[in-house]
Amino acid sequence: MTYIIYIALFFMIAGLTMSAFRFVKGPTAGDRTVALDTLTIITVAAMVLLSYVFQRIIYLDVALVYAVLGFIGVIVIARYLEGAL
Amino acid sequence: MSLLEIIGGIFILVGSVFLFLGGLGIFRMPDVYNRLQAGTKATTLGAMSVILGVGISQAATDWTWILKTLVIVIFIAYSNPISSHALARAMYKRKKFPLVKSKAENMDAYREIIETEKEEVKS
Amino acid sequence: MENLSFSSKMSRFLVLWFFLMVLWVLFTASFAAQELLAGLGVSALIAVLSVNVFTCCSLKILYPKSLFYIFVFIIVFTIELVKSNLDVARRVLTPSLPINPGIVKFKTKLKSNFSRMVLANAITLTPGTLSIDLIDDTFYVHWIDVQTTDPEQVHKEIAEKFEKILLKIF
Repeated sequence: MTYIIYIALFFMIAGLTMSAFRFVKGPTAGDRTVALDTLTIITVAAMVLLSYVFQRIIYLDVALVYAVLGFIGVIVIARYLEGAL
Repeated sequence: MSLLEIIGGIFILVGSVFLFLGGLGIFRMPDVYNRLQAGTKATTLGAMSVILGVGISQAATDWTWILKTLVIVIFIAYSNPISSHALARAMYKRKKFPLVKSKAENMDAYREIIETEKEEVKS
Repeated sequence: MENLSFSSKMSRFLVLWFFLMVLWVLFTASFAAQELLAGLGVSALIAVLSVNVFTCCSLKILYPKSLFYIFVFIIVFTIELVKSNLDVARRVLTPSLPINPGIVKFKTKLKSNFSRMVLANAITLTPGTLSIDLIDDTFYVHWIDVQTTDPEQVHKEIAEKFEKILLKIF
């Protein structure tokens, strides 16, 4: 099980690196927001995995709150870009 | 290592591979809409699979994990398409038109709507 | 939002209360009596305050027939989700990026706003499509590999299998 978690964390960090690259480079604001969305989701998955590693059920609530905040943030940025805010 | 842990481990591995593919899709695709396509789908299934895998591998020791992880899975499956839809619409309203490869005129059915909307505002 | 009669508002309130209660049980993950009582009170309060905003569905959704079709919908949706992910993986990992994107439109037969939202979410997660806008009953969909632009054909290709099930639920 330990090795499975190492491999999974490796893949997640690789995905995070690539979307962070797009976040820095992205030609338009929309590309950056897409990258931010992906970063949020991968981070939520990593938080849940870490709550398994540390065996603390309370960390799942942290992951849920982070998912809610990331969703609201992306919606607000999208409304702003649309010009409706 | 129990059977539940093995099943959960397989879920976690598959999910993390899909999360990686989501990052790779964001990195490689040519414009915003294609990036959204790759990013949304791959990360939704990837995150759902990893989170369910954690719930399953803890199910033998503590069954409350599976309920809590189920809440996060439902929330992600519900919210992720909504945010990508909002982003796609916002980018189109900002006149970042998608890349259309074929020559047919009606390949971009949404463009005329946006352009007539703009004329109405002008007149 | 909509002007509803008292009985239809009541049934919407009951459905909302039921779903909030299910969510409460999932959150607290315990069946102790005092927790359930507190959950009943809190979810009733939230349902009273927000029944005018979240007019999702009437009591019809809790009939056994609707519940069965919701189950079928979840199964079909999961299969489509896995298929779309394999599709994305194939496109991303091919060195030449085989994409042929474009935006197509089609008309839906669904009536209520909530079922249209469910259909839009399902379209976003099915292979190669991303819903961009919904004006009255016309969907505008970004398709990563356009095969046809005729609205009837597009409807048959993208939406029909979800719409058939959703028409039976709502």
